[in-house]
Amino acid sequence: MLADQQAAMERLLLHREIEEFMSAEAELLDSRRFDDWLSLLAPDIRYWMPMMRNVHSTNANDEFTDEQADTNWMDEGLETLTRRVRQLATGIHWAEEPVSRTTHMVSNVRLLDVRNGTPREVDTSCRFLVYRNRQQDEADTFIGKRLDTLRHTPEGWVIARREIRLDQNVLLAKNLTTFF
Amino acid sequence: MGAISEQEIRGLVDAANGTVSRDIFVNQAIFDAELEQVFARSWLFVGHEGLIPKPEDFFASRMGKDPVILTRNKQGEILVFLNSCTHRGMKLCRYDQGNARAFTCPYHGWSFSTNRDIVDEPGELVGVPHFEAGYGDRLDRKRWGLVRCPNVVVYKGTIWANWDSEAPSFLDWLGDMRHYLDFALDHRDGSSGGSEVIGGVQKWRVKTNWKIVAENFIGDMYHDISHRSVDTVGIGPGGTGRRDAQRPRLAIGFSDLGHGVLGEMPHLAEPDYAPTFASHPEVEAYYRKIYDAKVRNLGDRPRVTNSVGTIFPSMSFHSRQPRTILITHPISPTEVELWRFYLVDANAPQAVKDAARHYYLRYSGPGGMTETDDLENWTYAIGSSEGAIARRHDFNYQLALGQAKPVPGLQGAVQSGTYSEENQRIFYRRWAQFMTGMNWSQLMPGSDATEEVAHAR
Repeated sequence: MLADQQAAMERLLLHREIEEFMSAEAELLDSRRFDDWLSLLAPDIRYWMPMMRNVHSTNANDEFTDEQADTNWMDEGLETLTRRVRQLATGIHWAEEPVSRTTHMVSNVRLLDVRNGTPREVDTSCRFLVYRNRQQDEADTFIGKRLDTLRHTPEGWVIARREIRLDQNVLLAKNLTTFF
Repeated sequence: MGAISEQEIRGLVDAANGTVSRDIFVNQAIFDAELEQVFARSWLFVGHEGLIPKPEDFFASRMGKDPVILTRNKQGEILVFLNSCTHRGMKLCRYDQGNARAFTCPYHGWSFSTNRDIVDEPGELVGVPHFEAGYGDRLDRKRWGLVRCPNVVVYKGTIWANWDSEAPSFLDWLGDMRHYLDFALDHRDGSSGGSEVIGGVQKWRVKTNWKIVAENFIGDMYHDISHRSVDTVGIGPGGTGRRDAQRPRLAIGFSDLGHGVLGEMPHLAEPDYAPTFASHPEVEAYYRKIYDAKVRNLGDRPRVTNSVGTIFPSMSFHSRQPRTILITHPISPTEVELWRFYLVDANAPQAVKDAARHYYLRYSGPGGMTETDDLENWTYAIGSSEGAIARRHDFNYQLALGQAKPVPGLQGAVQSGTYSEENQRIFYRRWAQFMTGMNWSQLMPGSDATEEVAHAR
């Protein structure tokens, strides 16, 4: 009984820790501390964003474009994400000059699988709402699901894998210059 | 919407002096006339064979503002229909792609078949609920079949359609622009065709006018400066810049047809090999091998290369790095829906396809580090042109005015140097011809197809 309670408490603390990590990550993005955000990414990170098709309900397998095979919205590793951050820092990346205002909200965080190996890894799912407002009257709302694998390192948690499922078919924003 | 009078068009487009009224980018009446005069008469790209590989596959596409169904029937014919039920207009097919024996309307249940085992003409109405009791023999099922696009052609895998049954042939429409399109669609080793579309089409909305996109890709080297941020950080396949090193390009335009590219003049020998994808040794080795094959395959035949191009009115393409087709669908005077399709050699090793795909996605599309800056410029060029005062002031297209020279070996082509707006002047002159309602013998004076039509009358 005591062991059960101990396990439940550990799970609860882990859940809180992960939620706190996700909130802190959102804070970095919204305060445009992109170099600090990069330090949260594992060297082998897979950051990808499939596209969603309108398919028949009996054909759900075709709803998402395939990882590492099809055209996706994004299909990135640390190198290109780093270059994106550098582009933002040039001061002449017109899509983000003047800078956009963003708010990243994360909710419905669930721990799908906890692997207590070395290193420790946790598969999570959550919902995101990213609001972007830019110039005078441009407003975009990106809502969807995120599947993250987080890895524990001596420096803390890092993101080893992120799949971003945006609930849009035709992208209603003119670009994707925001990180999710 | 009717044509625009000669007098009115002269106030909108002065190609000879390089000025164009902002009104043509923001005016709703002009936009409505474009749908009729330009899009309903032009050869439009509707898809690729690879999107509908099997019998009865379909892909939901668009032509102008009209939704269309691109499908392959049981007999293998490639067909294009208006995606709207003939009874009450319901959008018949609301899936992006799939496979269907018949198209059945969700609203009142009318169904249509493309199968020649069942119908005489593909698209015929085959199923009508309460047919006997409700219509008796008064409903002519042949007359109420799907609205079928009369002209559909497949060109090296790409599929094009034109609603005007008197339109010239697709090859006449292309003219010698065909060589540049070939460079995009042919295998990198120079053999004909051989490219395929990677699965998944990027579709996104941008608040701009469709012509701004077309003129950007028709040969606007002048906007290179807008991409300095991506040049600085480097996304090219060799690890730096935007692309691997490329030979100097010229604005080459087809004065009578409205097409244009940034590309090379026709040449007879393959220039020396230059390393490509150097940061991926396996891919670089493949392209070295492909280069040797191209030298063998083409021998001393003429060939061209280009980076970008636009086929009038709204099909743009990158031929080399990246290699992609961009269709600009008009939504309103100030909104477009962009569709990007990405191309690779069908028989290339997976590592080559993977490297290409990753590069394409960091270059192009709404997440592309190059294209995002274009999208910003296209948005605010139009956004700041809607006011009453702005509309009084023309856009300037005078770069390299009067510098066009004929291109030997390409019929009707002129080149005007690297930094030029000759191709934009060509585009708007062509646009004006369509908008004034010119007929085909005026629009295509040299076309055999037009002459045949003229004789037939």
